[in-house]
Amino acid sequence: MSATAASEPVLEIEGLRVAFRARRSAVTALRDVGVALGAGRTLALVGESGSGKSVTSLSVMGLLPRNGAVEAGRILYRRRDGTRVDLARLDETRFRAIRGREIAMIFQEPMSSLNPLFTVGDQIGEMLLLHTDLDARARRRRVIEMLELVEIPAAASRMNAYPHELSGGMRQRVMIALALVCEPALLIADEPTTALDVTIQAQILDLMRRLQRELRMAILFITHDMGVVAEMADDVAVMYAGAVVEAAPVATLFARPSHPYTRGLLATIPRPGRPRGERLVPIPGSVPALSAMPPGCAFAPRCPIAVEACREPVALAPLEGDHRVACHLAHAHETVAAHG
Amino acid sequence: MAEPLLQIRDLTKTFVTPRGTVRAVDRVSFDIPRGSITGLVGESGSGKTTLGRTLLRLVEPTSGHTIFDGTDLNALDAAGMRRMRRRMQIIFQDPVSSLNPRLTVGAIVAEGLVAHGIGTARERRERVAALLEEVGLSPDHMSRFPHEFSGGQRQRIGIARALALEPDFIVADESVSALDVSIQAQVLNLLLDLRARRDLTMLFIAHDLSVVEYLCDQTVVMYLGRVVEVGPSRDLYTAPAHPYTRALVSAIPVPEPGGAGARTILRGDIPSPLSPPSGCVFRTRCPIAADVCAEDPPVAVRAGPDHIAYCKKIEAAHDLV
Repeated sequence: MSATAASEPVLEIEGLRVAFRARRSAVTALRDVGVALGAGRTLALVGESGSGKSVTSLSVMGLLPRNGAVEAGRILYRRRDGTRVDLARLDETRFRAIRGREIAMIFQEPMSSLNPLFTVGDQIGEMLLLHTDLDARARRRRVIEMLELVEIPAAASRMNAYPHELSGGMRQRVMIALALVCEPALLIADEPTTALDVTIQAQILDLMRRLQRELRMAILFITHDMGVVAEMADDVAVMYAGAVVEAAPVATLFARPSHPYTRGLLATIPRPGRPRGERLVPIPGSVPALSAMPPGCAFAPRCPIAVEACREPVALAPLEGDHRVACHLAHAHETVAAHG
Repeated sequence: MAEPLLQIRDLTKTFVTPRGTVRAVDRVSFDIPRGSITGLVGESGSGKTTLGRTLLRLVEPTSGHTIFDGTDLNALDAAGMRRMRRRMQIIFQDPVSSLNPRLTVGAIVAEGLVAHGIGTARERRERVAALLEEVGLSPDHMSRFPHEFSGGQRQRIGIARALALEPDFIVADESVSALDVSIQAQVLNLLLDLRARRDLTMLFIAHDLSVVEYLCDQTVVMYLGRVVEVGPSRDLYTAPAHPYTRALVSAIPVPEPGGAGARTILRGDIPSPLSPPSGCVFRTRCPIAADVCAEDPPVAVRAGPDHIAYCKKIEAAHDLV
């Protein structure tokens, strides 16, 4: 039994189904999503556009758009005091005591969480005003501390800067400071480095790893980049068309990818040292629209090894230990990895 | 060795802004060999997009030259330039905003043919049908509009449009950056096929270094308007000479747990182009900078066959490899 399973998870999503109402119809954006995240660990949700990874994170934050709703399932969060709450059924008043304080979120675009009209110091200070009983002097001290923690040079003067006066990398740091000022137990990071240049990405990932160690937070890391997954995650859940198709500890996933989609994703990315000119193996076709999901396995129409049985629905089931796969063929004969 | 298709010599573009003059592209020189794909990498603000446009004269350079197949583009008058344009095309990053939503795909792809008065309407239609097939779309798509297509398909439409005039040279500016990885691989394979089939020469501008390593024969690295290193991709990625390239290569996330080697994490951000550092523009973030780096700009140093870097500490740099 692994460390994740032994220590009680901070976050446990079970059978989550989310739907969006369109004009006269409804589309299901998440189908039976189940993942668990242990204290102090990082779970990466990886997938392409439309896979449902961002909808999952917004569901955890209670920030689904108005036309979206949780139709089934639970999002169990273990609070600091040890009690467990189901975030999918929490009323807004009680959610406010958790959001920002115990669970925080950072985004790809820092300006979506920063207000252009206030200095960065005021914005971080406001979080403290809302969630702590620190006085003005103590708040100011804490703001400077936070800016120093995220390695912003000359923090005492930079706190008076407006977001537009900072570079992209610097704004990303301010957003992280804003998210972490109340020392959340769970940080949701939705493509936090996707818009950044590679050297700045390296800085931010390094910073996130250090802060995770120091603050002992769990991170739900949403990304499409397998390189970032390999670097940041303890556990990985691969999503496709609104469902988790494979979940495993990171080393297992890269060593023994068992869902044809996971194997396809890994074959499709250029990687350092691969002989140049050696062709990438693309996944044919494109992701099905949510309104036109194929029956059975959603990946079957693009799958190189699909058979008749793939028209039947398939659920995520254990393959070996913590390794779970939603593929008829992976379970039919365990040697399916040899196809890869 | 054959004469390169493009020779870029001391190309400079400055923009005058209310807050001062910006040298977006500063005395850039390198060659693009015939039939090669040259990658141009650098971070936001490095000037790579401006360079791509300046060397096509879509933006007038402030000084310097682009010698295209023996002709100095900057010496041509408007009529001469228009004739030359047929031979060079550009594909943009954003397949949504670069395709006119009111035109059918057929009209978009035929635009260049119409502008240059090539063929009858019927011949143009046949040509467009063939082009759509060549990029992996169907001739039936001709009468449809851009919004009916996915991101990857729209990028293919942009590529078909660029190919319509049978150019010798294509600038692809972040052409796969907005695509999902499974679709990105489809488009990269298409570019490789086209190069082989049509003997195209390409300048591929990108910030994703893994993609450039995969696709490009030669890589040019820019920082704050300057070229800092040029070399065969094979050598540049395995033995980067310039400290900036080394940091850039070491920062690439490797899709393999525990696969990332020792990493050089650069401190701080790219400086403001309004007040670039004196001497070597990279020295303020360089882990091995010395006093001499603040004096005058570094000159080209040979780091290997067809491989040069602009760094005064290049000997020291080699010791660290």
